[in-house]
Amino acid sequence: MSALLRLIDVSKRYANTYALHPTNLSIERGKTIVLIGPSGCGKSTLLRLIIRLIEPDCGSIQFNGELITVENINTLRRRIGYVIQEGGLFPHLTARANVVLMARHLGKSQDEMHNRLLQLCELTRFSENLLPRYPGELSGGQRQRVSLMRALMLSPELLLLDEPLGALDPLVRASLQTDLKEIFARLGQTVIFVTHDLAEAIYFGNEIALMNEGRIVQKGTITDLREKPADPFVREFINAQRGIASV
Amino acid sequence: MNRIRKAGCNESEAMARLSKQETIKSGNRGIMERHSRSPLFLVSWLPDFLLIFSCVPVFLIYSSAAAENVVIGSKKFTESYVLGEIAKRSLNDTGISAEHRQGMGGTIIVWEALRGGKINAYPEYTGTIATEILKSDQPLSLDQIRNSLAKFDVGMTNPLGFNNTYALVMRRSEAQRLGIRSISDLRKYPELKFGLTHEFLERQDGWRPLRERYPLPQHNVIGIDHALGYSALANGSIAVKDAYSTDAKIEQNDLVVLEDDLHFFPKYEAVFLFRSSMRADAIAALRHLEGTLDETRMIRLNAEAERTKNYTRAADLYFEHGSKSAATVGESFRQKLALWTLRHLQLAGFSLLFSIIFGIPLGIIASRGGAFGQVILGFAGVVQTIPSLALLALLVPLPFFGISVRTAIAALFLYGLLPIVRNTATGLQDIPRALRDSAVALGLSPITRLWEIYLPMASRSILSGIKTSAVINIGTATLAALIGAGGLGEPIISGLNLNDHVTILEGAIPAAVLALLVQWSFDLLDRVLIPKGLRL
Repeated sequence: MSALLRLIDVSKRYANTYALHPTNLSIERGKTIVLIGPSGCGKSTLLRLIIRLIEPDCGSIQFNGELITVENINTLRRRIGYVIQEGGLFPHLTARANVVLMARHLGKSQDEMHNRLLQLCELTRFSENLLPRYPGELSGGQRQRVSLMRALMLSPELLLLDEPLGALDPLVRASLQTDLKEIFARLGQTVIFVTHDLAEAIYFGNEIALMNEGRIVQKGTITDLREKPADPFVREFINAQRGIASV
Repeated sequence: MNRIRKAGCNESEAMARLSKQETIKSGNRGIMERHSRSPLFLVSWLPDFLLIFSCVPVFLIYSSAAAENVVIGSKKFTESYVLGEIAKRSLNDTGISAEHRQGMGGTIIVWEALRGGKINAYPEYTGTIATEILKSDQPLSLDQIRNSLAKFDVGMTNPLGFNNTYALVMRRSEAQRLGIRSISDLRKYPELKFGLTHEFLERQDGWRPLRERYPLPQHNVIGIDHALGYSALANGSIAVKDAYSTDAKIEQNDLVVLEDDLHFFPKYEAVFLFRSSMRADAIAALRHLEGTLDETRMIRLNAEAERTKNYTRAADLYFEHGSKSAATVGESFRQKLALWTLRHLQLAGFSLLFSIIFGIPLGIIASRGGAFGQVILGFAGVVQTIPSLALLALLVPLPFFGISVRTAIAALFLYGLLPIVRNTATGLQDIPRALRDSAVALGLSPITRLWEIYLPMASRSILSGIKTSAVINIGTATLAALIGAGGLGEPIISGLNLNDHVTILEGAIPAAVLALLVQWSFDLLDRVLIPKGLRL
């Protein structure tokens, strides 16, 4: 199977510190890879480099075999969904307007958008009655569902989730985790999921990439990480979260 | 410096009358007349204004279009208005179509208007011609003046009959008590307190040379505003002040003019200047006025003009026999207020419109930071620190501006810029990075991001900047009256100069009410323009 996304020697440096050391990574179609690590380890930077919110200093990124450049990034962004911790919903637009924003600009028909919206509501278990509400009138969990709908609106090939559940209370978080996993499975979605929570990583990840200080320290299944830690940091990180991770 | 300043008090009273005629005529007449009648003036004005702003040549064509009839100009003080009206009436009486463009500004502005052909004639004073126009440092004879003016293709009538020069005045009762009749007599009373206008204190033919010439021993000399000086004289705070010899206040306040027994003050004999190319019958009609106005008569006409605020009527007094001219009906306060307010709204409205049109894009650029952004914010900030009066004064000498509504709008526009630029910039900068990232990551084009995401999110801040601008403009627009642009400043400035509180309030109260109304309507506008999602 060919890789949907391939990073080749991608690096990013601010002043004299590497936010990301030269990194290679490829993601297979239909897989979920989880980037995990302590804060400041470079996992969000990696996502932001992929969607070109920041420019890499060196290296290249290929999407579907195509090199991502300044020229084609805006087209490619429409094939990549991106969800952040706070949802990133525009407060002056209703839930519906947020979700269909990009589709409307691409000139999709009302019917097409409406049908897709209904599908997404069903998929994300979001009540249609709430669509006319503004983000300020929705709960945190509802906002994340809308944010997910927005990311999925154009049926992206790749979904980037940057700690999407980080700001939610445990109960809401648990129910969204279940829903998300089910959604990914139903859609056969390729996902890069950033979290700092090992239990969440294990729950979602076919593959886990543990990052520290701008580097991917080890990549593999949780069993690999636990049984064959690449260095002391991996062992330490796994052990630190053992209690809650129930492994 | 210039004769106008000397007549500071009259100038403002004059402005009260100007409301309609002068301000309307000073700019682009066609435009103003058309719009002052239409309730849709704001809409219909716009294209004309954009036109004026974008192409100066078009304006020049417009303003010289009045070549067919004779255009009389005048300076911005009562006497000049009255003389202008007299000239107009005599031309009309001899069957020549004439109009009077009142209170165009100071000497240089009116002189340039004459040379440029915007006007055909205007009343002037020999002393002013010698010092201000011909830049001579010694008195010139009438023939010398006439010969020098010929080089500019400008002709001059003989004196009309009165000499309007500087004079020292005292209360009649006190002068009689002390036995003072001439300036020389003042030497006997070194303790007398003098209150002189600031201009007189500085003029080449003012206080210092006067004191040396006589010589005067008084040391208790203060600088005081011309109009306030009359009050100070009346209540005895000062004993002597400067005035000009045909000032209506002399009669009104029962003052005496002290004889200039050493002939210190230069002659300021009133004449008409005209373009040599002006039609011969019009020149003849102006010549007909030579030697017909003595000082007593001029004082009376000035007093009438100031009392009634009606220059046409004052001028009619000059033609005492067979006055057939339709009596100008004085406007009611309500009409005047409506005109002032309308003009005020035009001034504030157009300047605000331009501030918005330029301010928001500049704010967007400034929000991106960098050197250029700093330059924009710096410029807008510096403009704000220039006192509004000074800004007006700086714009007036520029070729395109002068004494006109344009100048007032341009000044107000510059003032209104900073709040809008700054609020636009900060409103945009305050958008959280997460939301900016989301907009970018969605794949929206830069224009769409700005238009549909960033600007709506900054709308509250931008609108509050516009609101600040609007309220500032309503307040500052009162100063526009100083350059004849009209508005509610007219009664305020008249009142200040006349020391008449009722007149001040006639302008101040409506201006305050207007500011409140503007504030309220913007609060209402907030509810329409700020997206509902941001008001939760």
